[in-house]
Order: sequence, then structure tokens, then C-alpha cells
Amino acid sequence: MSQPNTRPLSPHLQVYRPQLTSVLSISHRASGVFLSAGALVLSLLIYALAFDAPLYETVRGLFNTTIGQGALCLWTFAFFYHFSNGIRHLFWDMGKGFSLPNVYISGYAVLASALVLTTITLGYGHYVNIGQ
Amino acid sequence: MAEFSLPKNSRYKKGKTYPAPESAKRTKTVVLYRWNPEDGQNPRLDYYTIDLDKCGPMVLDALIKIKNEIDSGVTFRRSCREGICGSCAMNIDGTNTLACLKPISEIAGDIKVFPLPHLPVIKDLVPDLSTAFAQYKSVQPWLQADTAPSPQSERKQSVTEREKLDGLWECVLCFCCSTSCPSYWWNGDRYLGPAVLLQAYRWIADSRDEATGDRLDNLEDPFRLYRCHTIMNCTRTCPKGLNPAKAIGEIKKKIAERVL
Repeated sequence: MSQPNTRPLSPHLQVYRPQLTSVLSISHRASGVFLSAGALVLSLLIYALAFDAPLYETVRGLFNTTIGQGALCLWTFAFFYHFSNGIRHLFWDMGKGFSLPNVYISGYAVLASALVLTTITLGYGHYVNIGQ
Repeated sequence: MAEFSLPKNSRYKKGKTYPAPESAKRTKTVVLYRWNPEDGQNPRLDYYTIDLDKCGPMVLDALIKIKNEIDSGVTFRRSCREGICGSCAMNIDGTNTLACLKPISEIAGDIKVFPLPHLPVIKDLVPDLSTAFAQYKSVQPWLQADTAPSPQSERKQSVTEREKLDGLWECVLCFCCSTSCPSYWWNGDRYLGPAVLLQAYRWIADSRDEATGDRLDNLEDPFRLYRCHTIMNCTRTCPKGLNPAKAIGEIKKKIAERVL
């Protein structure tokens, strides 16, 4: 070949159709990263609760804003999604559920389970709040 | 670090348009990725509108028609036209498949055809697969046994042992799966990819092969095997309906089992 170094790279992300397989996979990673950030916020909250009452009130205040509430909802969903999909991965590690129909069934099941668990958790939190 | 956007010399722009013949009643537009190593230009997309009533049913038929009747410069690999040689693997309508097995009728809208993703392009739809074939060579894809077969008979296999190779031997090495795998896109220089790992497992699963331990040793590596994150694009895209992800899962299990 005359110009091997100038060969272009064929398009990849630009042209590959998003599909359940890849979308759930990258969401698993994204939710993991997002949860790591959540773990830092949680540590801050615990630290403030133990040592710094004014800081605790500030953080609590932040969580009471619309953005704060939204972030808590997203973290709850990310947690249950990561948790459910993690279980799906454990089945794969046992060599089970690799057939394409099963991959799609378990994929949708993970989404449904994450949604249901998030709704139950947020619903229960809401119920307790009203109870007070 | 993975490079998500295309390098400057690889970004494609709109190219030429070839309208349908006036007599055509049922038409379809085929969008082809074109790159000519000799003109010093970036890749481009050419639009060919063809008469479906004068074209065979598969995407490969459309490509051959374009090459024969409209633009003889269009370059692509093809041979058997029945899904057994694996030559016409390309990215069609957003997923990798064999052009000869993909019916035109399955595609809504324009038929967009690109080379297999994330590979150096030699010309038009012909990608450079030399890394993938070197990786295939690295798994030593042949029967290895120290024990000689008895002079009177071949190496025998029971029906059950032979059945373990079903779903593995059918692979035609078209590399649709490897080039559908984001992990292979970002680490294709060190990760072997689904096609080669399925081939590796084909020999690990073979009851006549005696090199299983060596084969597993060779694969037990953070990159060669464990860049598989069970994304499952490979199984989703295989034009032969095989399951490379399952084969990789079996290799991982075998490695886990030998330390238990």
C-alpha cells in the first residue's frame, strides 16, 4: 500500500446504532460513577452530622431545594439500576442468560426493577414525611 | 484513553449524488462511504438512487448493481454471496452484518453503508483486518495434542463431545462482532475481541485438544480476555446467529474453575 499512515479510521460511535445491549452497559458504568460522587456527598453529610451542626443544616437545606430533591431521586434510581444490573452481571458470571432473547428479557427486567424499587423507596419516604 | 471522535483525516463529508433513472418506479437510495487513497481527500458519502425493480433482494445485490452500472470505482470485498465466506462484512443501517445476508426490505429509509467500524480503511468499504488476523494467529487455532492417535483410527469424539463445538465451528471470521464491540474499539491493540476469543474457545472446548491449560494461560490477562465487559453487542450483531459473549463467559468460567 502506498500511504499506510494516512489511512482514515472508519466511523464507529458516529454510525453505530444505539441498542439495548450497549446502552444498558454504558448506563451501568455511568450510574457507578454517579454513585461514587453520591458516596462522597453521603460522607460529607455523616461528617457534618457528627462534627459540624451548621454545615449539616446547610447540606440539609441544599437537599430541600428542587435541584437537591432531583439529585436525590436520580441517586436513588442510579443505586437501584446499578444494583439490579449488578445481579444480571452475576448471572452472566455464572455462565447463565447469554442467549439474545434472555439478554433482552433481563435487560428490560432490570429497568423495570429499578423503576419499581425507586418508586417504592421515594413513595415510602414521601409517606413518612407526610406522617410527621 | 479512548478517542471518541474521529481523527481529522477521517471525518467524512457529503460527496456526489447519482439520481435514479427516470423510468424507475420503486427506488431506494444507497449511501456509501467512499475513500480513495490516491486523491488526498477526506472520506465522503456518495448517494446512489437505484431502481429496486431491477435489483436483487440483498444489500450486496445493490452494491454489485452500483458497481456494474453506475460507478465502477466502488470498492468492497465479496465472494460467496451466501454468508459462508465472511468477506462482505460491513456496517449497514447502523449495525455490522454481511451484505449478502441483509435484505434491502428490512431497511427503512436510505441504506447507509460504512466499512466495519474503528479500523484503518484501505479503500471505500475495505478495512484493514491485519491486526485482527494477527490476534487470531496468537491463539494458535489448530488442534494440539501430544498423544498420537492410534494408527488404526482417527481421534474419536462422542456425540456429546462433538456437540460442544456447535455454535463455534460455524464462525466465518467476518469480524462483525469484534468491530461492534466498544471495548475492542478502545483497546483493539491489546484486547483480542469477541471473534478471536470465540475461536480460542472453539479449541478449548474440543475434547481432542490437549493444550487447554496453555491456552487458558495465554488468555488470562487483564487486556487479552478481561476487557470483555459483557456489553453483548457481539451477540446482537453476529450475522450467523452465534454467541461470542457466551464463549467468552465460558473461558472466564474455566479460568475461575481451575483455581477453585
